[in-house]
Amino acid sequence: METVILFAPLVGALISGFAHKIIGEKAAITTATALLFLSALLSWIVFLGFDGEMKQIPIMRWVESGSLSTDWAIRLDRLTTVMLIVVTTVSSLVHLYSFGYMDKDPQWKEGESYKPRFFAYLSLFTFAMLMLVTADNLLQMFFGWEGVGLASYLLIGFYYRKPSANAAAIKAFIVNRVGDFGFGLGIFGLFFMVDSINLTDIFAAGHHLADVKMSFLYMEITAAELLAFLLFVGAMGKSAQLFLHTWLPDAMEGPTPVSALIHAATMVTAGVFLVCRMSPLFEYAPGTLAFVTVIGATTAFVAATIGLVQNDIKRVIAYSTMSQLGYMFAAAGVGVYQVAMFHLFTHAFFKAMLFLGAGSVINAMHHEQDMRSYGNLRKKIPITFWAMMIGTLAITGVGIPASLMKLGDTPIGFAGFLSKDAIIESTFAAGSGVGQFAFILLVLAAAMTAFYSWRLIFMTFYGEEKGDKHAHQHAHESPWTMTVPLIVLAVGSTLAGMIWYGDFFGHNVTEFFGAAIYTNHETNHVLHDAHSVPVWVGWSPFIAMLIGLFLAWLFYIRRPGIAPALAEMFQPAYQFLLNKWYFDEVYDVIFVGFAKWLGRFLWKKGDGAVIDGTINGVAMGIVPYFTRLSARMQSGYLYHYALIMVLGVVGLVTWMSISGGGH
Amino acid sequence: MENLLSIVTFLPLIAAIILALFLRGEDAAAQRAAKWLALFATTATFLISLAVYMQFDPANTGFQMVEEYAWIGGLTYKMGVDGISVLFVLLTTFLMPLVIGASWKVESRVKEYMITFLVLETLMIAVFCALDLILFYVVFEGGLIPMFLIIGIWGGKDRIYASFKFFLYTFLGSVLMLVAMIFMYMDAGTTDIPTLLHHEFSSTPISLLGFTIAGGAQTLMFLAFFASLAVKLPMWPVHTWLPDAHVQAPTAGSVVLAAILLKMGGYGFLRFSLPMFPVASELLSGFMLWLSVIAIIYTSLVAMMQDDMKKLIAYSSVAHMGFVTMGIFAFNQQGLDGAIFQMLSHGFISGALFLIVGVIYDRMHTREIDAYGGLVVRMPAYALVFMLFTMANVGLPGTSGFVGEFLTLVGIFQTNSTVAFFATTGVILSASYALWLYRRIVFGDLIKESLKSIKDMEAREKWIFAPLVVMTLLLGVYPALVLDLIGPSVTALLHDIEPVLAAARGTLATVAH
Repeated sequence: METVILFAPLVGALISGFAHKIIGEKAAITTATALLFLSALLSWIVFLGFDGEMKQIPIMRWVESGSLSTDWAIRLDRLTTVMLIVVTTVSSLVHLYSFGYMDKDPQWKEGESYKPRFFAYLSLFTFAMLMLVTADNLLQMFFGWEGVGLASYLLIGFYYRKPSANAAAIKAFIVNRVGDFGFGLGIFGLFFMVDSINLTDIFAAGHHLADVKMSFLYMEITAAELLAFLLFVGAMGKSAQLFLHTWLPDAMEGPTPVSALIHAATMVTAGVFLVCRMSPLFEYAPGTLAFVTVIGATTAFVAATIGLVQNDIKRVIAYSTMSQLGYMFAAAGVGVYQVAMFHLFTHAFFKAMLFLGAGSVINAMHHEQDMRSYGNLRKKIPITFWAMMIGTLAITGVGIPASLMKLGDTPIGFAGFLSKDAIIESTFAAGSGVGQFAFILLVLAAAMTAFYSWRLIFMTFYGEEKGDKHAHQHAHESPWTMTVPLIVLAVGSTLAGMIWYGDFFGHNVTEFFGAAIYTNHETNHVLHDAHSVPVWVGWSPFIAMLIGLFLAWLFYIRRPGIAPALAEMFQPAYQFLLNKWYFDEVYDVIFVGFAKWLGRFLWKKGDGAVIDGTINGVAMGIVPYFTRLSARMQSGYLYHYALIMVLGVVGLVTWMSISGGGH
Repeated sequence: MENLLSIVTFLPLIAAIILALFLRGEDAAAQRAAKWLALFATTATFLISLAVYMQFDPANTGFQMVEEYAWIGGLTYKMGVDGISVLFVLLTTFLMPLVIGASWKVESRVKEYMITFLVLETLMIAVFCALDLILFYVVFEGGLIPMFLIIGIWGGKDRIYASFKFFLYTFLGSVLMLVAMIFMYMDAGTTDIPTLLHHEFSSTPISLLGFTIAGGAQTLMFLAFFASLAVKLPMWPVHTWLPDAHVQAPTAGSVVLAAILLKMGGYGFLRFSLPMFPVASELLSGFMLWLSVIAIIYTSLVAMMQDDMKKLIAYSSVAHMGFVTMGIFAFNQQGLDGAIFQMLSHGFISGALFLIVGVIYDRMHTREIDAYGGLVVRMPAYALVFMLFTMANVGLPGTSGFVGEFLTLVGIFQTNSTVAFFATTGVILSASYALWLYRRIVFGDLIKESLKSIKDMEAREKWIFAPLVVMTLLLGVYPALVLDLIGPSVTALLHDIEPVLAAARGTLATVAH
């Protein structure tokens, strides 16, 4: 069954990509979608029926060289099953949604076939993502890792006529490769230290790695710290964490379903998954974990600040995604991998829905993405409006603070409320300096999350109609293929937190995850302590959320004049945020510009002046005779060379014959 | 069949002789006959070479299918293959029918063209089978002559400059290698390669003009071989002939050059330098590794700035060969396995990439990247094939390009993690130049007037790419097909030299203390 889950999307991709000319476009994309739903159905069966015992299902041999031995194989444990349902559920809904969204896409000319290609890429992505999450060794994970990168590259650049889409696609691939550079070195290093890259062997060696040093770049570092750090660099690239995040906002060039599936719910969470998966290693790397927390919390904060001022609806959600990923890393960093997975799980529902909702708005508004051209849309697209509303309630963390009321052991609230508050409480419970740092930044980020999320709702669905009148007149609700996924995700966004609270964070957590996540009980009690934080800690994200909501209401409903006035008053700060802290500009100069300059320099000066210059110079000195010859005889060198070689061989043969033969 | 290797080796030559002697005339019929005979001969050679694959016993790490005859002047003709060489024979026979197929549109001197390629095939196969030093030298250097003719006669505008450059590079190297071979014969009293493999060449330090040369005779011979092999591979900084040669060569010439001829350099290191001069290899391994790393970074950066497609791919080849030398001088199983795998894989991938350039060069007669753009609009099949090999070239897992890069990097990390660190930056740089190339040629809107009527690949072209696509993916997901064959021979090689390497390291350590 697991094998079917894994390969059904690949079959779908191949059918959609190659057989659509034979079986017809409609049949091809329907088949791909049906196979995805099959995969999702089986995933839920596996998830609900999972008995907690880790299973390994070998498929085929892969790279084997000396003591290095890797198979294509499925590793089925709790982490895998959680990821299976996240990936296949969102993916199948996005497939369905794309029927409506990609119909009559104005980017294409009359008669151009683009749908089978789109569905093929979506299914291919899903296959790669499933390979990533089911991997039994780091090499297969790397296969999935780069495979999703490829699919992401193809889908970001799906509108290949647009230069901006092409640029964004390349940027995504290359920035991810920077992360993969670290991931790769981590794999090499693990093989060096453990003599295996199979997860089981690495997990067994975690403790040992904490005790040995390895030398790297002329430094002596604890092996566990170094290796965990290198793997985390990979995670930073894939999950768009600070310094390797610049590709994610640009990735919004892709069609909106892609943003929902790849750049919100699944692929970008792969980094979080990696850290959780490698918990037996990270648990012995306290320094790296602190670094993970700092990066995560800082990312959550920085991305939220940028999200405050963006006007493109998709970019707002993109920065929101980056920010939420930061939350997950902060959780993993303080050692509550289960909570990181909890937020990953709930976030998949509400963020996918926000993106699909945004897609529905964009669809209704003739592909306008600037929120300044929206307004008052709630009556025209009511289902979309309510879906977005639920998504916003979920992401901003609306719920009843646990100290007021609980349902048994479970707090009451939308999905994001339970998982995000669990993170914030955990960072506080960590009790460390970085924990405090993360706690403060994450609470601030929660306020900003509420602000930009409600700002999006208010600008889009409330106020006055702005922009193109014609677009507003023709705004209409999307077809059922698009609204059904919204409704399903809305249910998930509302209930997922409460249903699985006990398993991911509450009393059942140890039993639920079993051996899939390792906690070093000598040093790590955060999961336990997070349940007994002071009352004000539990209230803080709630209050932050209310402040954000109030300010958004004040700025965009009550007194619409405040926001422009503030922007005017604090122009430098506004520009700084609007321009995304100028990361792109700085990187362009430092990396892109420098590499181009160096490449040209090495080519013209290195190859040209120095190497060829020297060799030509030597040639002119030693063999002027040849050069004169070349003037007379066009291909003289050829014969000359042949002659010399033949003479050499003849001489050699003669000499050998004289001196008595070969033996 | 006792003479299997000889049959495989000489079948193309026989076809060439038949063409030379019996085919008369320059008319269309004669041209067609020449093409079909060449295609038939190369295909037959490939099919027969499959018997070599079948008969080959991976568990036997010695030379197999050995043939030995007396030759002129007391020399010996001796052929045989082991795990290191057998797949290069198959790579050659596999690619040649495709090369002939890719030359279907050649119009000038078709008969001579086919003869040249057939002779070249014989020489290339012989290089990988030769078990006698003199025989090896003759075919190793002899292979250059057809290549020269291919560039010189069917090449582009500046073919004279390219061959001039090639000549200067190769001449010095091959003379030095010849001198080293003569010395080896004097020292060991034989030119028999299997015997030489177990001959211990002196590594006592010698004094020359006041300098002490550590590793003695071995070091000198290593350097002499290096002079020839490094140019052939090519390694930085003796690589600048390659972009020029590629640019001037016709498509089929580029394919053979990149896919097979370059591999002779890497093969030479594995066949001679490592097993015969292990002490020198160990002494000079740092030097070799850093040259490899420089090649990877330097040529990738240079590749990024090219505006000629063929030059870009040529520079990318040099970078990929950097992984090969790095893997070889890692002195461990993964490194060597990876190096051999990388060479084979690069044979398919670079061959395909030059064919990909050829497809649009045939249509537009320019290699300028700027002359293209938006081809995906009219050439979807071409865009797909190009994408696949672009990804293989950047080493995407699931393609053969990944396995070689990964294994060489795993290998080198164990010996020198600093080198591994710098070499791994290659994965970022290769993505940069390859995707940028792809974007400029394939993506974007098709707005150039000259491209408005360009046609997608025809059936013949698709059939040429199909086997390459299959091999690239097959070896990517099931590399055991290669690794099972080469593994035992590599293990045996390492087993043989390991004590020497350890001793050499020990000596160095003692000196250092």
